[in-house]
Amino acid sequence: MSHPKTISILNGHLIDPANQIDEPKDLHIADGKVLAVGSAPKDFNPEQTIDANGLIICPGLVDLSARLREPGQEHKATIASETAAAAKSGITTLCCPPDTDPIIDTPAVAEMIKHKAEQSGLCRVLPIGALTKDLDGEHLSEMVALKMAGCIVLSNALTPINNTLIERRVLEYAATFDITAFLRPEDPYLNNGGCAHEGPAAARLGLPGIPAAAETVAIARDLALAEQTGCRIHFCGLSCSTAVSKIRQSGLPVTADVAAHQLFLTEDDLVGFNSNCHVIPPLRSHSDREALRQGIADGTISAICSSHQPHEVDAKEAPFPSTAPGISGLETLLPLTLKLVDEGVLSLSDAISRITSGPADILKLPLGRLTVGADADICLFDPKQQWQLTTDEMLSNGHNTPFLDCEFTGQVTHTLLGGKMTYCRATDTNR
Amino acid sequence: MINSHRSNIQLDEQGRLRHFLTIDGLSRELLTEILDTAESFAGVSERTVKKVPLLRGKIITNLFFETSTRTRTTFELAAKRLSADVLSLNISASSTSKGETLLDTLRNLEAMHCDMFVVRHGDSGAAHFIAQHAAPHISVINAGDGRHAHPTQAMLDMFTIRRHKGDFTQLKVAIVGDIQHSRVARSQILALNTLGVKEVRIIGPNTLMPDHTEAMGVKIFHSLDEGIQDVDVVIMLRLQRERMSGALLPSEHEYFQLYGLTDKRLEAAKPDAIVMHPGPINRGVEMDSQVADGPRSVILQQVSYGIAVRMAVMAMAMQRQGQGDAQ
Repeated sequence: MSHPKTISILNGHLIDPANQIDEPKDLHIADGKVLAVGSAPKDFNPEQTIDANGLIICPGLVDLSARLREPGQEHKATIASETAAAAKSGITTLCCPPDTDPIIDTPAVAEMIKHKAEQSGLCRVLPIGALTKDLDGEHLSEMVALKMAGCIVLSNALTPINNTLIERRVLEYAATFDITAFLRPEDPYLNNGGCAHEGPAAARLGLPGIPAAAETVAIARDLALAEQTGCRIHFCGLSCSTAVSKIRQSGLPVTADVAAHQLFLTEDDLVGFNSNCHVIPPLRSHSDREALRQGIADGTISAICSSHQPHEVDAKEAPFPSTAPGISGLETLLPLTLKLVDEGVLSLSDAISRITSGPADILKLPLGRLTVGADADICLFDPKQQWQLTTDEMLSNGHNTPFLDCEFTGQVTHTLLGGKMTYCRATDTNR
Repeated sequence: MINSHRSNIQLDEQGRLRHFLTIDGLSRELLTEILDTAESFAGVSERTVKKVPLLRGKIITNLFFETSTRTRTTFELAAKRLSADVLSLNISASSTSKGETLLDTLRNLEAMHCDMFVVRHGDSGAAHFIAQHAAPHISVINAGDGRHAHPTQAMLDMFTIRRHKGDFTQLKVAIVGDIQHSRVARSQILALNTLGVKEVRIIGPNTLMPDHTEAMGVKIFHSLDEGIQDVDVVIMLRLQRERMSGALLPSEHEYFQLYGLTDKRLEAAKPDAIVMHPGPINRGVEMDSQVADGPRSVILQQVSYGIAVRMAVMAMAMQRQGQGDAQ
């Protein structure tokens, strides 16, 4: 089917944090790019108009961490299924970590993922390359080849680089070629096979604990090496208050993100051994959650990600410590972020920046903004629409979320990727 | 914000025991009822015909994913004295090594029309998991899950204490040793506090103490001599050597020097203090033989009482099924 080349989105309220726009404005699109904001150019006669009366128009969401499970774990999810879920959730760009099977440590795997994503055409997928071969933490990957193949940033996924000397070499090499390293701060020794925050809940439930120090020790180490090597570091998935303050005080040009669920859930949600709350890093205390919210509010943490980890049903059907960690998070990224606004954590415009321009800036990409000439990646949502998250409603193959049956306010109505409609709720209702 | 606060799955709508998974969330009245019921069964063992027909026609399956001798045997005896048919499965050596999931094992046993599962598993929360997924008529008894709970052991300890001390409310109880890895200690602490003892103390080095136990209502001591001062009950925990991963303690020798119970050290406790141990004892590590075999030791009584307490819990959990009513 052919797509209209020119579109006008009329009567909506435009929020484009990067350009400090938060007012009723129309948006006009031509050839996949933003043509004009506000009034249309003279003689502009769009093939399609979208009436956005009552809707918010914002840049398409940028998600720094979403596992698509392809290649290698197609029984959990596929690029096709998860990009459809992303489109439905207003997400137009997502980064997939390198812990696929095979691992994204060669250009071929990166190119294969990009190719498959282009085929489905529902979301821009940016593969994150591995910092070390086979994620072994021992041998540098061919970072430049990966960069050439489209890996904008590199990471070692969930595997820490144990040896500090290797980490130094990895960061030095990455810095040479202006590559940002995404690091998940975790000291493997302090982690010690734990599956829950080392706090009162784990003590009571007898769950092996992961102390907050597992994260702060790693952050202290990574910050020292960032200073030593000059490498640009981004911390993925913060979970504890000391981590936020260490980054805030570091004075280094480091960035950080947090998974949306960390801003709502705490260790108390493990009651009854709820395996859908089994996540790594673990859900921590109330004061940690408040510090993470503070970090999001003051911009120390400039991105909220879905940390999407879809699983098949069986992966969560076991005693808590034996279940696979992770939450299927794509479909709750926007609603949870909007909930932060309801709860007074930050303004709507700032909240939107944390899922659009904030993460795009971390990637050093001109995405997440509706500047004239930019890709027309757009999310329209109805800020008043109430809805409930149900398995029937979910498009992700992973239904592993503790937010099932929760009520949310604010629902995506349209998603456009490069000016092409990838989701429209109106045509989706009889699904 | 999420709906995780389900009501206690251990109880039915009338507040009766349905599963016995943890002491957490059970009332003092219910714990007392367990002890009273156990009291009525304690006599059965002394009869010539050591059986009551309470669970005739019921099938009880012992599902042990971890090895155990004492617990499994006393559960077996308890079930037999209630006239149930008993099946004991050592799963670690069979299905799971063939790749069968826990849920599949469960479904197979359900298909054999079992009425009760007695479960021991290495994962904290395993008994909860099985209770959540078992067919509605099946009762689940936790015989130890990971570091989480071992509620029948705690109740047999409470039974032993009550037999010797009568009233709980005036008691000071010390628990000594590896609290961190001990499901027994967790359940004991909860039971003692629920039954209203005056003070629960835990004694050991920081490496054997979990963080945040204060929230569970205990006083922490690092010196055995200070910790057992004037206590009525001393519970020694097994030093679970199989769980020690290296650097928790320098040596058994130093552990015994600091925390090993001897007659001399026991002098600090009340003159009529009793000494308990869930077994098996490491003689010369947790306590020396004079204490283990001495007049204050009630360790073997704990084992005998274990049968009565397990009978009580099984009978109570099956009560709601009604007599002789198949499924």
